[in-house]
Amino acid sequence: MSWLTNFVRPKIRALVGGPKKEIPDNLWEKCPGCSTMLFKRELEENLNVCRACGYHMRLDVVRRLEILFDEGRYREISVPKVLVDPLKFRDQKKYIDRLKDAQNKTKRQDAIIVAEGTVGGQKVVAAAFDFAFMGGSMGMGVGEAIVTGARRAVATKSAFVVFPASGGARMQEGALSLMQMPRTIIAADEVKAAGLPYIVVLTDPTTGGVTASFAMVGDIHIAERGAQIGFAGARVIENTIRETLPPGFQRSEYLLDHGMVDIVTERKNLNETLTRVLRLLRKDKGGKNNFLLGPVPHGARSSKRI
Amino acid sequence: MQVLDFEQSISELETKIEELRHLSDGGRVNIADEIAKLQVKVEKQLHQVYDKLTPAQKVQVARHPDRPHCLDYIKALVEDFTPLAGDRLFADDQAIIGGLGRFSGQPCVIIGQERGHDTESRIKHNFGMAKPEGYRKAQRLMDMANRFRLPVITLVDTAGAFPGVDAEARGQAEAIARSIEKCLNINVPLIACVIGEGGSGGAIAIAAGDRVLMLEHAIYSVISPEGCASILWRSASQAADAAAALRLTAQDLEQLGIIDQIIPEPLGGAHRNREEMIARVGNAIGEALEELSRYDAKTLLNNRREKYLAMGKKSVS
Ligand SMILES: [Zn+2]
Repeated sequence: MSWLTNFVRPKIRALVGGPKKEIPDNLWEKCPGCSTMLFKRELEENLNVCRACGYHMRLDVVRRLEILFDEGRYREISVPKVLVDPLKFRDQKKYIDRLKDAQNKTKRQDAIIVAEGTVGGQKVVAAAFDFAFMGGSMGMGVGEAIVTGARRAVATKSAFVVFPASGGARMQEGALSLMQMPRTIIAADEVKAAGLPYIVVLTDPTTGGVTASFAMVGDIHIAERGAQIGFAGARVIENTIRETLPPGFQRSEYLLDHGMVDIVTERKNLNETLTRVLRLLRKDKGGKNNFLLGPVPHGARSSKRI
Repeated sequence: MQVLDFEQSISELETKIEELRHLSDGGRVNIADEIAKLQVKVEKQLHQVYDKLTPAQKVQVARHPDRPHCLDYIKALVEDFTPLAGDRLFADDQAIIGGLGRFSGQPCVIIGQERGHDTESRIKHNFGMAKPEGYRKAQRLMDMANRFRLPVITLVDTAGAFPGVDAEARGQAEAIARSIEKCLNINVPLIACVIGEGGSGGAIAIAAGDRVLMLEHAIYSVISPEGCASILWRSASQAADAAAALRLTAQDLEQLGIIDQIIPEPLGGAHRNREEMIARVGNAIGEALEELSRYDAKTLLNNRREKYLAMGKKSVS
């Protein structure tokens, strides 16, 4: 199967180089939440979450997959190539050049990785966005990846878990990027029609055409703490209504309050949450209390009839 | 009628013709010849301008306030129109008009965005920018169409979904996503017609159909040229460049395989001959309805899904 690449182990990846680099001890980073100066190495060990205030910074996509899959093991699924720059788009810079820059910077074809493995023993196909690649914008390549991931999930009877981190549609692909909205919704529907879980893990940021398509039609929506999630950009809204926005607007907790997500979780608890819901949705027997499975003693039966 | 900057000289000729018409009431015979001459000149200039409108000019034409709007089409083309209101959850959003009616005799569900034509109606219809309740009303009506096996006709004309705090609080993104999903899942024909501006997610929410028709000078884009320019050029004044780069004209979109058919506009644009435009739209929708009525539900659904799955596979020459 040509679309299966080699088994990736995080340690080997670190040795051979790639996007993950060794971090020198002397690097510090200021927490955007509380301004504490944080040791970069320590920050990385803490999943890019501030130890002082719990602020969740963005996470590199490879690291995201490493911490998602059991023992950091996953298989990357290659995505069929799509038309490159059919619009011959150019603003102050050519789109093709922006694309090449992003590809060189990230060593990736587009703003997404599709991978498969297990999460808490459950078969999972994951599609995770790389915000560092043109703001995680969705064009034909990203759409193709969602379709590929969904179909792989159906073929292997796996759950499909998506991790959007995106500014929205990639405007350099014009209406073709807009068409990825119906396209990715069809992909999500194929997973759901196959009776498989389709889970959306909303990470910072998820906005625009990505939110308004496959990211809002999940069986379960889980959001990482503090992530920005919305349709219209905050600045656009401010300009329209000419008012300042309410505190916490378009953050995970705001969406939870407004009924748009099921669960807001800390990054460190994400896998546990994901594992639990996947096991429940897939009727995985187990758990500690199996009292319901045994025969009911005669005297214990309720006399009430319903 | 509002005169667009590139229509200036045409408008001057038209004014002159009007003046002469008034004079001719006084009985001067040779004025008729003069009027005819001027009319030829107007027609020539209209051809010169409108045969090769730039993308930025098309944006202006597509947004022309005197272009027929959703309710104009409904009034002229739909018999027994019965507007239906509300999403049964929160409110009725008048940015999206919906209801039952008869299109050339055939009962169907009509859904469309209405921008309004004066200050009062623009406010009533929120300038055609729908909130979640509008998209949820659309979903409800599509469900009803599905249940009664009525074809759905949508008229697309919006700058985009409304960007506001209340819209976000009530789940604008979810409402749009579900509306697209509904378009893709109904077992009846869905014909979408972009009559003016097809603004991004707010447009595709009701436009993921079996046939997407588009008026000759309408536009359909992932982002407004102004929005695109302010992000990529860091200046909204480059909107004309953005309009060209985005390939948002009907001609571009037909080439990209995103729309199925272009409906020609009368000479000088829909705003110059509203009745003619409405009739042409009526004919085109009628033909599409007739063609789609030949397919059973399963074929219809499969073809629609395959069409959207294949988007972008067709190359542009
Ligand atoms: Zn902090």
